[in-house]
Amino acid sequence: MHPKKLPSSFNTSFWQDPDKRSIIYQVFALGTVLLVGYYLFSNVQANLERQSIATGFGFLSKEASFEIGESMIHYSAADTYTKALFVGILNTLKVSFIGIILTVFLGTIIGIARLSSNWLIAKAAAFYIEVLQDIPILLQLFLWYAIFYQFFPSPRQALNPVDGVFICNRGLVFAIPKSHPAHSYMLIAFLITGIGIFFLRRWAGKRQAETGKIFPLFSVSLLLIVIFPLLAWFAGGAPTAMNTPVLRGFNFTGGLNVSPEFTALLMGLVLYTAAFVAEIVRAGIQSVSHGQTEAAMSIGLKQGKILNLVILPQALRVIIPPLTSQLLNLTKNSSLAVAIGFPDFVAVTNTTINQTGQAIEGIAMIMAVYLIISLSTSVFMNWYNQKSRLVER
Amino acid sequence: MAVIIHTKEHGNLKPPASTTGVIGWIRANLCNTWYNSLLSLLIIYLLWQVIPPFADWALINANWISSGAECHKSGGACWSIIHANIRFILFGFYPPPEQWRPLAAMIILFSLLIASRNRNWWSRNLLFVWLAGLIIMGLLMMGGLFGLTSIESDQWGGLPLTLMLSVFGLAAAYPLGVGLALGRQSRLPVIKSLTVIYIEMIRGVPLISLLFMSAIIFPLFLPEGITINKILRAQVAIILFTAAYVAEVVRGGLQAMPRGQYEAADSLGLNYFQTMRLIILPQALKIVIPPTVSVLISAFKDTSLVVIIALYDILKTTQSTLSNPQWMGFSTEAYLFVAMIYFICCYFMSTWSRRLEVELHTGR
Repeated sequence: MHPKKLPSSFNTSFWQDPDKRSIIYQVFALGTVLLVGYYLFSNVQANLERQSIATGFGFLSKEASFEIGESMIHYSAADTYTKALFVGILNTLKVSFIGIILTVFLGTIIGIARLSSNWLIAKAAAFYIEVLQDIPILLQLFLWYAIFYQFFPSPRQALNPVDGVFICNRGLVFAIPKSHPAHSYMLIAFLITGIGIFFLRRWAGKRQAETGKIFPLFSVSLLLIVIFPLLAWFAGGAPTAMNTPVLRGFNFTGGLNVSPEFTALLMGLVLYTAAFVAEIVRAGIQSVSHGQTEAAMSIGLKQGKILNLVILPQALRVIIPPLTSQLLNLTKNSSLAVAIGFPDFVAVTNTTINQTGQAIEGIAMIMAVYLIISLSTSVFMNWYNQKSRLVER
Repeated sequence: MAVIIHTKEHGNLKPPASTTGVIGWIRANLCNTWYNSLLSLLIIYLLWQVIPPFADWALINANWISSGAECHKSGGACWSIIHANIRFILFGFYPPPEQWRPLAAMIILFSLLIASRNRNWWSRNLLFVWLAGLIIMGLLMMGGLFGLTSIESDQWGGLPLTLMLSVFGLAAAYPLGVGLALGRQSRLPVIKSLTVIYIEMIRGVPLISLLFMSAIIFPLFLPEGITINKILRAQVAIILFTAAYVAEVVRGGLQAMPRGQYEAADSLGLNYFQTMRLIILPQALKIVIPPTVSVLISAFKDTSLVVIIALYDILKTTQSTLSNPQWMGFSTEAYLFVAMIYFICCYFMSTWSRRLEVELHTGR
């Protein structure tokens, strides 16, 4: 027998019905947000009109007329703001990319050192982590920059530790091979070998699954990736000419110059973030219980295989999510370049704002660029988490 | 059957000398394998290379109380820059005869912090003491009452400003963050999406862009004739930024609550607000105390970013003493001094957070 539906007058009153109430809450919340947004927007419009500031992105196609100290592409003051901002984005990506690679490397070493059975190494790593974590990144940047200027000699008395490398307060200058077509052959050979190794790896995995035979993938790949570019170098005529830096007047010409701003920024970001990464790596390794190692030993795996096949895949699941958020922090912290004069995206945008007065557009662009970087990373991370999730029975 | 024959009576034998005492400790901890011995030697060598020259520079050849000119002559560190400018570094442009007031405010703050370390003292009364303390501190800084001269907030600077930005920042960001976390866990789609947009947007951009916004765009948001001073605007930016991070931490705690807790509250007939206030939040917030302290630590460190919008926090006051020609070129010493202040504060907080973690890890 079905229960008889209550007549509507018996039903709960309008205010007591959770469904209706929740609609009211939501309409109220959305309304408040929209009202506040409209109020701020109308204020902004009135203020802009009064100060006669034109809005819009029209300024982007105008001539920038400021120089940028470092650029990966050709740029001069006669180029447009769009190109200047693009140079800034490239600089941000450059420092973040190099920084991320060095940070992961250094952080992993320190994290493992923190767990070392050697008392001295464990304590040194603990000291590093504690000190570097507790000093603000901006202060560290200032400190590295100050040390660079205060303790390194001028170009005339530049330190010359190895032939062709000079260290002075104008940066790090070192010799690079003179440009020659052989170098592009080497790059092509390197890329092709990389693709080849990818397929070799698939083939080796398939063969092992079918026959159980293990292919010495690591040593073979290492050999291939060294030999083929070397062959390309010989095929291109084996050029050895170097572009060595020479002291002219007050500074060096020739060679590759890494500016003190870039060095200080990179050092600061890497050393600071590595301390956090080290803690994450340590926690990740400790999260795999010792029983796993013992079990792997009891089925006869060798030390290297235990790490590769048993410990790391489990530790990485714990390590990767916080690691990504730290590496994102590094990317966001690279915006502090503006404080020590490295022309990253924020610094270039800041100059643009000062010249054109287009503050709203400028800050909106800064936010948009970082949001795109963060959101695309988190989309990737969600995909990774889905993929590496423990599949439970 | 095994027969053990004692040919000679042994007393209690001591363990071999190589396994006890200093030698034993060194063997076990520094030289347990050949590569560990090698690494130990390498580290000792590196320390030998670094520490004596540093000690030479920072302690032995250092100038402690001298003029800048004398410093320039000697090769050692010039700590005199701290000694000569300590009042400006610590208090900024606060009028010197009144500088006891920020000092007193800081002493109150530190005693409150030390008192709050002890978890046995956590109670409703402590909250009121904090509230009273904050009001007294504000009064001391602002003046204008009880015969204290009024000091405009644009003269505030140095360590009090750094501490104020972080303490008020977290105090205001915490409730906001809890609200945002509840919104993100809400079943109402509009409220959920609004909070998600807010949290993800704030966490996706660097703090410096929010500070720029507070410095440049925020005045445009206000109707004509109303201005808010720069420190307060930066404070608002820091609060909005920290709240998003607090929200994520609190969300972790909310997600860790078993469903049974919600169901039990429902079965008692509690409504949403009662459930949260009496059942869920007290447990969830307790779990996340240690990560909340790390948010506090990073908020404290992040206040240094206000340098970029030219607020005179302790980093900026230090920087501006360096533009004095007499002290030019001693930036390393000055920055090391500020680094030490930050280190001491953060170390204090992080050891406390680790101790809390142990205390709160009571298990179930």
